[in-house]
Amino acid sequence: MNKETLKNITSKRLFLPIVCLIAVLLVNVIKTPDFFKISLENGVLSGYIIIVINRASELVILAVGMTLVTAASGGQDISVGAVMAVAAAVCCQILSGGATSVTSLAAPLVLAILAGILASALCGAFNGFLVAKLNIQPMVATLILFTAGRGIAQLITKGQITYIRVESYKTFGGYIGKCPIPTPIFIAIIVIVITQLVLKKTALGLYIESVGINGTASRLVGLNSTLIKFLTYVICGIMAGIAGVVASSRIYSADANNIGLNLEMDAILAVALGGNVLGGGKFNLMGSVIGAYTIQALTTTLYAMNVKADQLPVYKAIVVIIIVVLQSPVFKKFLANQKAKKLSNTTAAEGGK
Amino acid sequence: MENSVVLDMKDVSKTFPGVKALQHVDFKLRKGEIHALMGENGAGKSTLIKVLTGVHDFESGKITMAGTDIVNKSPQDAQSHGISTVYQEVNLCPNLTVAENLFIGREPRKFGFIDWRIMNKKSAELLKDLDIDANATDKLEECSLAKQQMIAIARAVDMQCQVLILDEPTSSLDDEEVEKLFVLMRRLKGQGVGIIFVTHFLEQVYEVCDRITVLRNGTLVGEYEVAELPRVKLVSKMMGKDFDDLADIKGDHKKLEKFVPVIEAKGVGRKGSIKPFDFVANKGEVVGLTGLLGSGRSELVRAIYGADKPDSGTILVNGKEAKISAPIDAMKLGMAYLPEDRKKDGIIADLSVRENIILALQAKKGMFHLMSHKEMEEAADKYIEMLQIKTASRETPIKSLSGGNQQKVIIGRWLLTNPEYLILDEPTRGIDIGTKTEIQKLVLNLADQGMAVTFISSEVEEMLRTCSRMGVMRDGKKVGELTGDDLTQEGIMKAIAGGDENE
Amino acid sequence: MEMGIFESKTNTKRKINSNTFLLMITILLFLAMYISGMIIFEEGGFAKPQMFLNLFISNAGLLVIAVGQTIVMITGGIDISVGSVTALVCMAVANQMENHGASAYMAVAIALGIGLLYGIVQGFLISYLEIQPFIVSLAGLFFGRGLTSMISTDMISIKNETFLAWAKYRIYLPIGSYSKRGKFLPAYIYPTVIIALVIVFIIAIIMKYTKFGREVYAIGGNAQSAMMMGLNVRKTKFKAYILNGFLAGCGGFLFCLNSCSGFVEQAKGLEMDAISASVIGGTLLSGGVGTPFGTIFGVLIKGTISSLITTQGSLSSWWVRIVLSKEIGLYIFF
Repeated sequence: MNKETLKNITSKRLFLPIVCLIAVLLVNVIKTPDFFKISLENGVLSGYIIIVINRASELVILAVGMTLVTAASGGQDISVGAVMAVAAAVCCQILSGGATSVTSLAAPLVLAILAGILASALCGAFNGFLVAKLNIQPMVATLILFTAGRGIAQLITKGQITYIRVESYKTFGGYIGKCPIPTPIFIAIIVIVITQLVLKKTALGLYIESVGINGTASRLVGLNSTLIKFLTYVICGIMAGIAGVVASSRIYSADANNIGLNLEMDAILAVALGGNVLGGGKFNLMGSVIGAYTIQALTTTLYAMNVKADQLPVYKAIVVIIIVVLQSPVFKKFLANQKAKKLSNTTAAEGGK
Repeated sequence: MENSVVLDMKDVSKTFPGVKALQHVDFKLRKGEIHALMGENGAGKSTLIKVLTGVHDFESGKITMAGTDIVNKSPQDAQSHGISTVYQEVNLCPNLTVAENLFIGREPRKFGFIDWRIMNKKSAELLKDLDIDANATDKLEECSLAKQQMIAIARAVDMQCQVLILDEPTSSLDDEEVEKLFVLMRRLKGQGVGIIFVTHFLEQVYEVCDRITVLRNGTLVGEYEVAELPRVKLVSKMMGKDFDDLADIKGDHKKLEKFVPVIEAKGVGRKGSIKPFDFVANKGEVVGLTGLLGSGRSELVRAIYGADKPDSGTILVNGKEAKISAPIDAMKLGMAYLPEDRKKDGIIADLSVRENIILALQAKKGMFHLMSHKEMEEAADKYIEMLQIKTASRETPIKSLSGGNQQKVIIGRWLLTNPEYLILDEPTRGIDIGTKTEIQKLVLNLADQGMAVTFISSEVEEMLRTCSRMGVMRDGKKVGELTGDDLTQEGIMKAIAGGDENE
Repeated sequence: MEMGIFESKTNTKRKINSNTFLLMITILLFLAMYISGMIIFEEGGFAKPQMFLNLFISNAGLLVIAVGQTIVMITGGIDISVGSVTALVCMAVANQMENHGASAYMAVAIALGIGLLYGIVQGFLISYLEIQPFIVSLAGLFFGRGLTSMISTDMISIKNETFLAWAKYRIYLPIGSYSKRGKFLPAYIYPTVIIALVIVFIIAIIMKYTKFGREVYAIGGNAQSAMMMGLNVRKTKFKAYILNGFLAGCGGFLFCLNSCSGFVEQAKGLEMDAISASVIGGTLLSGGVGTPFGTIFGVLIKGTISSLITTQGSLSSWWVRIVLSKEIGLYIFF
């Protein structure tokens, strides 16, 4: 395998996502000349680029899970935002022992976090069961938790926002000791690395793609399509749990209404931007990761252009539409026809001369 | 009594990328005639129908109806020209009522609004007329599949067509219903409707048809009158005779002395798919399964492999009873299955050649024992070399390969798993003649090494060259076995055709 | 391609699938809930006729929107942008009347125009470019929310006289209840209720008695078969989305008559209300099944749950959401 062929392949798959990211970063730099400036203030790194990478962490983690779900089942999990809230609620409730605001932990940190992630894994299992076993459309199946999830989170926190005003809890959203790099960045990187390892070092990545491309053939080759689809939803749930804990740690509380709000839409957008076909099959995890950072950078760009938070969605909508139109097979066929027509026209013209 | 020609297709050709589906095919349908259209898989029957009904366009040729040239651009067009079609899969809407399905698109109206009362009334009349036991107000999905098929036919019939196309209409009907259908067909025939009856059921062709057109490999074999074509001749025309001048390659291989069963199937059956059968595959033996399309060859092996779980019978592997609930169980017991429909059941289109080759072996090893890249590359290279697979590299997506090469990849996939029992369902379809022989020789070599092989092919010649025993299938049932001296072209044709020789 | 004889395509889960059966369950459910409400909360005023009419008053807009959603769901699609369309309509209408002096009649035109535009664009992308409805309407949702805040981030109260006159006009009915002093208090409704019911009635007729309506059902049942039977699937789908857009605009305007204001957070989650009302009313998410009439009861049930909870007082609105999701769950299994 020579380097040229390798480059060929990589450039094809990650081409679009990287181009998008570069485009957005360029606009950023134009608007804010010191965009890439990193400085050390109060012992921590700061600068626009740091903010982008830091704040993108939850989205990156969600995008990882969403990529797998999309690849295996051809649909999306819209409950991830709500599941984040559930995980945060469970975690904080255990840490607070039921009180609304505490200054010391009522239970070991590890226990609470594991419980939160377990809760989110259960949500994932629920979704997975509906999609893999009962064959319900992913968007429809996950609609249930999308609607009920925040309600469940509210129930767990008894309708209030539970505050954990303890330093150790703030580490996940903040900083570990004297380390200048924000913790969420580490967590995101760890998630990416572990997932890539699992996908590449076991046959899971191959299986997911196979099931997503051709479920019938996969079964005849000995794969358990149902189990694999189920697994991707559980993983997606776990990712939402991790993201939920991180988000909760940032604000050292569990706000069932706002944690992860609208993040599911961004996660889906990240997957699409990453060059992944929303209908399932071959996937590119790094593409989704790049897509997630791109969206965050886009958000920052728009803020820098004084676009208000409320108006951001307009631009996101336009980007989404452009991407899916370009990806649509009907459109591609239309383009191919146009090219063929032009080609025959030119040959005809040349022939006529 | 000269019947006037109601439909004339001349010199029709249609090509799909890489495949010549139809080449200069003629087809003539006369008024008041029931005309069978027959041919094996890939013969071009369904392409011809789709070209006629406007689902596909065609490159050359002419279609004429009652003197005027027509071009159908869509099913709607075809309908307006008086061509009604009933497809193999029931193309109705399950959530609508029987009456709606009969009349949708042409509902009786009153002041612009649909007149349900009239629609239901007309439907009831139509149903009674055709002796269909259903109510106009029943929801379609509540009716059995057979009834749904009859309703689809009723819809086509009611649209006052000149040409009625029935594409494998009897596959879900029982004998009584088939009779009802024939009564209807004869009635329409009397009214001057030309009927194209696409089917593979020999008995039915001889019962109700006037003429037969046989297609093979996209070309026209001929048009015959039923009365002048004995069954055996029909079968031979459909299956063709490949005049290979290659020597008898079986002679080089040792004849089997001891018969050690690897697979024994006793009374295995699946309702609606294959009637209970007994089957034995011995070590080192190549067994063939012959019969026409739809006779149940694939269904038999799929039942053994667990692709379609059987609901009766037992399977013994190496003498021990086996519980096979999914293909992976069969694989772990040493079985391998190359499916007939490589596009739907075989290739994982977007994955590379390498990934397609190693996939089955990887599934056997389990998720946590990923083959190393080196192992994968060696495996892929081995079979690319052995089977002469034409591919730019082992990383090329399999969908870019030609059909024949794709087939070779799938063969390589299963050879890699080193099975004890290998099932090959149409392994040489779409492969060039040189490689066909290579594969046949390969099969014999594998048998020498002790592998039990089941070889299914529509080409009798190739099975004769490799198999020492053959199971004969007809209409979903295993009807017999041929060995030794009976294993000749003629013997096989006779066994498949069955019935009276001169019918 | 050996034939798998007897491969039944009919989903065995859908045994109890007739529209009427599901409708009856829905109506029974509604009656059960309402009557128990009447018994439990008698002193809270639940038994008064006005309570029942209030269900219609507060949900007139939702009713129209939900019916539009039903149509789209029957084709097998979905539209999650309707909430933001409503918000956009309210804001645009409020803005035009208060800041640009538009008349109330102009406002109606604006509302319908926005709805139609949405319907045409989304419909085109879904029917002709064959892009998944969820993604398209998701983009529509984003777009609408953003556009709403672009118009104004502050709340705009409508002060236009004609508009307010329309909004506050009470139609008194001969039924009513008695106050503690024995005075007869007639029950009343607003014109919005009548408009909503008329619209639903018209849609019901269209769905049952026109070619378009039946083709919508056919597409939802089996789009491939519909095409083979000669129906123009793409055109009908396109029309369905346009109609849905129009109804969203209508419903949005009715909603506005209720709220008399435009603000950014308005109608958040309304699309989910519309979808769940449809589902509860018997519409299947997979398409092919559903009726406007059933949707009415879906809306009523939702309204009843809300009323029960507000009357009860102690539970948060999130309970509503949880119960609703259980309802959806049940209907999915059906």
